[in-house]
Amino acid sequence: MHEMGIVSGILTASVDTAARKDAIRINEIRIRVGELTEIVDDALYFAFEALTPGTLAEGATLVVERVPGRSKCVQCGTSFSHGRFDVECPECNSYFCELVEGRELEIESIDIDLPDEAEAGEGP
Amino acid sequence: MKIDLSKPILDRNERFAAENRELFSEHGVFVLDLLASPGAGKTSTILATIAALRDRYRIAVIEGDIASDVDAQKIKAHGVPAVQINTGGACHLESDMIRRAVDTLEIAEIDLLIIENVGNLVCPTDFDLGENAKVMILSVPEGHDKPYKYPNIFARAEAVILNKYDTMPVFDFDEDEFREVVRRLNATVPIFPMAATKGPGVAEWAEWLAGRIEKQRAAAGR
Repeated sequence: MHEMGIVSGILTASVDTAARKDAIRINEIRIRVGELTEIVDDALYFAFEALTPGTLAEGATLVVERVPGRSKCVQCGTSFSHGRFDVECPECNSYFCELVEGRELEIESIDIDLPDEAEAGEGP
Repeated sequence: MKIDLSKPILDRNERFAAENRELFSEHGVFVLDLLASPGAGKTSTILATIAALRDRYRIAVIEGDIASDVDAQKIKAHGVPAVQINTGGACHLESDMIRRAVDTLEIAEIDLLIIENVGNLVCPTDFDLGENAKVMILSVPEGHDKPYKYPNIFARAEAVILNKYDTMPVFDFDEDEFREVVRRLNATVPIFPMAATKGPGVAEWAEWLAGRIEKQRAAAGR
């Protein structure tokens, strides 16, 4: 259960960025999580709910995009997606493949409200 | 307003890991991150490795545990420098903890640095410490089906030690099935059957490790 640390990393980066822009709130945080990491979505949402109150991200939505494993064959150059097992080139059956995607732990973007945007939204 | 960040979540950990790796390669130190369940024989494997290689290489150990310094004391009793890191409940080591521990060692006096990670098969796999290889120990009593349940650690390991191999006759361990599932997760990883406290298999493991240490030294021009 290292999701608490992961979410606190997400919040630090998001809240810092939002604060630098003088945002009044964060509406949404989008992250990318590789299928080959040990991250559990439910534990992420749980930690997010526990850690956001009192921050700019209070009430924000956490959107988790899962990135499937993808490797490139060192022998023939074929790129293919795969799970955790049997990472084998579908073209030449080589096991010498380099992982291209699947271990991501990335903050993709945040959506924030700026003071003037909020006023515009509340106006007639 | 949407702001693109495209930033690693473990940014800080990755920065320290890169710095550690740079420091280790500059000094030609080979760094091993040893991962296993509690009780698989991490400390016994370290002691056996020390006994096998101490005449050829200068060795130091970083011990990661949630609490206590019993493991570091065991290593020090053998005359090998050891630093204890207590994570205070955290389930894995992070690269800045390694950096602080390394700062208390004489890095120029080390050829092999062994990091004993916290006994856990899940969390440590997502954290780069700046090591040169993650090695996984599975002990026979844990069962041959463990790679199905904890695939990531087997996929990331550069060697797998099958410890307590001498207990094979009393456990229902299917070695063929174990080797097959490990192969499906990590086709080229070597598997070293070993009885760390008794001796058989230690020499083969130590030779593999010595090969990696030599490579690292050669790259640093030592």
